[in-house]
Amino acid sequence: MKSLADRPVNPVVGVPVSHESAQAHVTGTALYTDDLVVRSRNVLHAWPVQAPHAHARILAMRTQPALEVPGVVKVLTASDVPGINDSGTKHDEPLFPSEVMFYGQAVCWILGETLEAARLGAEAVGVDYEPLPSLLTLTEAMAAGSFQGHQPTLTRGEPDQALETAAHRFSGVFEFGGQEHFYLETHASLAVIDDAGQVFVQCSTQHPSETQEIVAHVLGLSSHQVTVQCLRMGGGFGGKEMQPHGFAAVAALGASLTGRPVRLRLNRTQDITLTGKRHPFHARWEAGFDDDGRLQALKATLTSDGGWSLDLSEPVLARAMCHVDNAYFIPHLEVHGRIAKTNKTSQTAFRGFGGPQGMLVVEDILGRCAPLLGIEPSELRRRNFYASGQSTPYGQPVRHAERLTAIWQLLLERADVARRRGHIADFNAAHPHLKRALGITPVKFGISFNLTAFNQAGALVHVYKDGSVLINHGGTEMGQGLHTKMRQVAATALGVPLAFIRLAPTRTDKVPNTSATAASSGADLNGGAVKNACEQISSRLADVAARKLNIHPDDVRFDDGKVTGIGFHDRHLTFAEVVHDAYFQRVPLWAAGYYRTEGLHWDSSRMQGEPFKYFSYGAAVSEVEVDRFTGTYRQLRADIVHDVGDSLSPLIDVGQIEGGFVQGAGWLTLEDLRWDVSDGDGRGRVATQSASTYKLPSFSEMPEEFNVHLFERATESGVVYGSKAVGEPPLMLAISVREALREAVAAFGPGGRSVELASPATPEAVFWAIEKLTPQSAKNSRPSTTTSGP
Amino acid sequence: MDRIKVVVNGQACDLGGTGSHTRLLDWLRGAGLTGAKEGCAEGECGACAVLVARPDGPGRSRWTSVNACLPPALAFDGQEIITAEGLGSVAGPCAEEDLHPVQREMADRGGSQCGYCTPGFICSMAAEYYRPDRNPAQAQKETGTGAVGEEHAADHECGPNGFDLHALSGNLCRCTGYRPIRDAAYALGTPPATDPILERQTRPAPAAQPTRTGAGGARFLRPETLGEVLTILQEYPDTKLVAGATDLGVEVNLRHYRPPLVLAIDRLEELRSLKFDDGLIEIGAALTLSDVERGLDGRVPVLDQLFPQFASRLIRNAATFGGNLATGSPIGDSAPVFLALDAQVVLASADGEREVPLSEYYTGYRQSVRKPHEVLRAVRIPAPLAEKAAFYKVAKRRFDDISSVSVAIALQVTDGLVASVRIGLGGVAATPIRATATEETLAGRPWAAGTISEAAGVMAGEGTPIDDMRASALYRSAMLRQALLKFHADKAPAAEVAR
Repeated sequence: MKSLADRPVNPVVGVPVSHESAQAHVTGTALYTDDLVVRSRNVLHAWPVQAPHAHARILAMRTQPALEVPGVVKVLTASDVPGINDSGTKHDEPLFPSEVMFYGQAVCWILGETLEAARLGAEAVGVDYEPLPSLLTLTEAMAAGSFQGHQPTLTRGEPDQALETAAHRFSGVFEFGGQEHFYLETHASLAVIDDAGQVFVQCSTQHPSETQEIVAHVLGLSSHQVTVQCLRMGGGFGGKEMQPHGFAAVAALGASLTGRPVRLRLNRTQDITLTGKRHPFHARWEAGFDDDGRLQALKATLTSDGGWSLDLSEPVLARAMCHVDNAYFIPHLEVHGRIAKTNKTSQTAFRGFGGPQGMLVVEDILGRCAPLLGIEPSELRRRNFYASGQSTPYGQPVRHAERLTAIWQLLLERADVARRRGHIADFNAAHPHLKRALGITPVKFGISFNLTAFNQAGALVHVYKDGSVLINHGGTEMGQGLHTKMRQVAATALGVPLAFIRLAPTRTDKVPNTSATAASSGADLNGGAVKNACEQISSRLADVAARKLNIHPDDVRFDDGKVTGIGFHDRHLTFAEVVHDAYFQRVPLWAAGYYRTEGLHWDSSRMQGEPFKYFSYGAAVSEVEVDRFTGTYRQLRADIVHDVGDSLSPLIDVGQIEGGFVQGAGWLTLEDLRWDVSDGDGRGRVATQSASTYKLPSFSEMPEEFNVHLFERATESGVVYGSKAVGEPPLMLAISVREALREAVAAFGPGGRSVELASPATPEAVFWAIEKLTPQSAKNSRPSTTTSGP
Repeated sequence: MDRIKVVVNGQACDLGGTGSHTRLLDWLRGAGLTGAKEGCAEGECGACAVLVARPDGPGRSRWTSVNACLPPALAFDGQEIITAEGLGSVAGPCAEEDLHPVQREMADRGGSQCGYCTPGFICSMAAEYYRPDRNPAQAQKETGTGAVGEEHAADHECGPNGFDLHALSGNLCRCTGYRPIRDAAYALGTPPATDPILERQTRPAPAAQPTRTGAGGARFLRPETLGEVLTILQEYPDTKLVAGATDLGVEVNLRHYRPPLVLAIDRLEELRSLKFDDGLIEIGAALTLSDVERGLDGRVPVLDQLFPQFASRLIRNAATFGGNLATGSPIGDSAPVFLALDAQVVLASADGEREVPLSEYYTGYRQSVRKPHEVLRAVRIPAPLAEKAAFYKVAKRRFDDISSVSVAIALQVTDGLVASVRIGLGGVAATPIRATATEETLAGRPWAAGTISEAAGVMAGEGTPIDDMRASALYRSAMLRQALLKFHADKAPAAEVAR
């Protein structure tokens, strides 16, 4: 058996190639779920009735008036559900609720001949509500003791004692905002009862197997009666890991009841008001440092805002707690975690899955404490890096910790930091109303699902008699380039050109019981499975070729569609010839591949174990310029060094790093989710429910100069072709933007002062941070913020 | 009823039977052209962008990128459209690969990840690729001086090939972080003279033609003359006038507004004048902002500050000043500028025309002195313009965002004294307003830090700003004050500003 990490000569992995659908993307011919509607006949369209209360009991619902609207075919309510009326796995998310738990929750769905008919039908439904008291903010929920799920504690050492004896001791509170996924493609499902009588759901889902399970349990069917297919998604980012299931179930229920295809596509407003987002967090902390700035102890309580149901809040919280150390060794630590239950959308997975929130807490602490310790912030960070041989607070050795220092050093050189600091000092001295600054932050991110069982994957590989190859695996494509990488893995494992490999859409009837394409693990897990399947076939073909070439099977080599022997230079067979021979020798030409990540264990009650296969490392330096008058700013430059192991697909990986960084910068600077927290009629309504009120980065938020370097000679043993996951870790590199803003704000002040910065650091937040530092401008009185200083 | 048709990707298609509220996007998708997508349904994300052949001076046309999610399909009666599918194609069993240069660069450079926004980006990028005045030499000159930190350095976001990155300001991508898209844009060459899409620009755009369709409560009319419009308005005062549909489209899509009669006025010659003489500049109400930007060619510098900050290129290619002023939103960006320019609006009715100072035009939230049977025909700016003028927009995002506060200032200094000053404000009251108390504080006083500081304090008290999701009331007030300080810092010699 070949080692997972070893590459053959002339591998197809590692070659920069475009996204496998790039040409279809640019010509508008790549199909997404909702594009299939025009290809289907007789389709019904679904529209929800959304409750206008944050919390209310449903007293009565009159659906008859909707049925009188021309074109309305059916109103779906709880009484139509033959199976379990729940859209989640924890049975706390009724699909058709009797109690409204958040403003805008769907209480029933209308099916119409047209979308307009369904919408008008929804307007005609009469619902009597008894409004109930609601909790919206973290502050309200904490005061009311409204929590859900486990309340884990992560501890190491003697934090109280260490705080007592620490030379410097600080404390603070930091509450920061969530993030709307804003995948460009909103949730979409198209359900039909197909020719064979099974329920077939085309769905924009990151987790087809779970979508299948939920559809089955809502319809009271077995899983084998439901097939879910995901052609591709127009972005997922975690927002389609749990959230699609209920919508798919509504479409499937409608198709089952009417016998007609049912399309359920959320418009943007519905998507923002119905689906979960990144968890906002509240952190209360106390930290101790020695005279050299080394962290001695950290005590913190992290409270996430889980919204109305548990969803993925527990594993998100666990990951946050496992990343509150980020890249830093903290000998004594105690972190408590809680999930607030509020009357909001059910907050869920979002790229980083709690990791960003955990890291943001410690980076905020370091950013705030550095001036008080009299240590330059990037130096303070460097001094606290993990060293080889040290372990995380949850007991996992930090393998390759030395890469942190190596990456940091490389970054400082590549980004020309020393020279630029001088230029920035000159610029700032010459510009009273503009200040520039650098922020430099590291990332250490654990790869694998915290829950060990999810770390498995399957693949199905067919080789046809002409030598062409069709691969299928359990992962979904949401733009991250997974399918591109899987083609490269298969081409490498079979020793054929990339053009030999076609990838078929992800379906639950091809590979069963798959894990979500999430936790950055898509390529690690499915790549392992694809490689395994290909190697089964390849080893059978080696026997066939060995007989023909009259050599030992171990000496057969597959390379670029040619099959030859070790040391041969003038004789080879074509891959197609060998395949052809294999068929006539009755050698199976297909294989099911399987992969499970070795060596993982995790005790979620003790918060101890080795949940991660490895850590991803990276570091970024960002330069910003802040305008004193308005608090507006620009990102002048970003430089990144990131560890993706030996890249499977460099163009794809660089794209993930850049895209993750900009998305992270959006979360920390621009993307400002607001709810109506007043006591008025709109209490609980998402105030930013459209693209005109919720702003994500546009081209003007891209760093004007943007340099990404992949860390070299970074082979990760035990992972497919020596690579590392890349989906999530780069998002957290954007903390450097926030820290640069903090430094630029500080540059307007007298120096040596701790700067508090709200998150997101909108221009308004930056403006108030400057105002606080510069008392001569006291005419602009500052509103209270949610953070309080050390 | 006339035959209603549109040419899409070179093929004539029948628009007959299309509803008056059916958007171009839905019509295209229903016709099987699913490349254009709905991302937001309000003209913010550009996933729906397509190209339309629009007039470009005598005898020429220009491929213009517009959002398909906002305008009614019927507004394109007689027009020519190209979608991403029409620009190029992938290899298939019966077809050779034939990618357009824009598609080639985007595909090869990693410009697409999930691909959902990509067809829209392709169309915006193609419009810029074919822009007749895209000029590599000019670009090099400009980028040479566009050092970061310079005021309005963002205006220099321009590639060595003359590609203006603002062409993509109305397209959102959630995946890539934009760098590969920028690289693709900047790598584009010049279209070969044989390119039929380029060649099309050497002929006039399809002539305006009347459209009359629909029945009962959903009619769409495009009259041939202003006179006809005014007659219809007399008879049906609840008619909805539409030009670029960038406001109406949002109302239709998000608030499900279904006006019974939509009257398209954007191709009426009477509303498309652009005149300048010694005493006056007149801008036709139905010219798009992009039309005006090209036509004025820098004659009103403060408008050149406004243009890149007004929504996005996709919107500016459809939206009109007439629409922006007539809808009367307190956060419309053009009103503060026209207030500072002391503009008049020209209202036409069957009885004739009247001129109203913009400062007297608004009477309440989205209310004005315009009567239901009147059309806002043009806006007039008196000359000469004040020598010092600026437009400041404060928003969360640098471009393509809605103002938290916008401030336009036009000020004349004579012999060191403020000889005249007009300040227009947006986002701080139910209507766009003049900062009259601040103007009074400044008038006749020295153009100096002391006066400015005092006036800035007055400015902070202008209007009645509110807290909302965009900004707090306190920040809005602070920004009023800061705008005046910034104006002085920008416009006064450095020595005067030093504090």
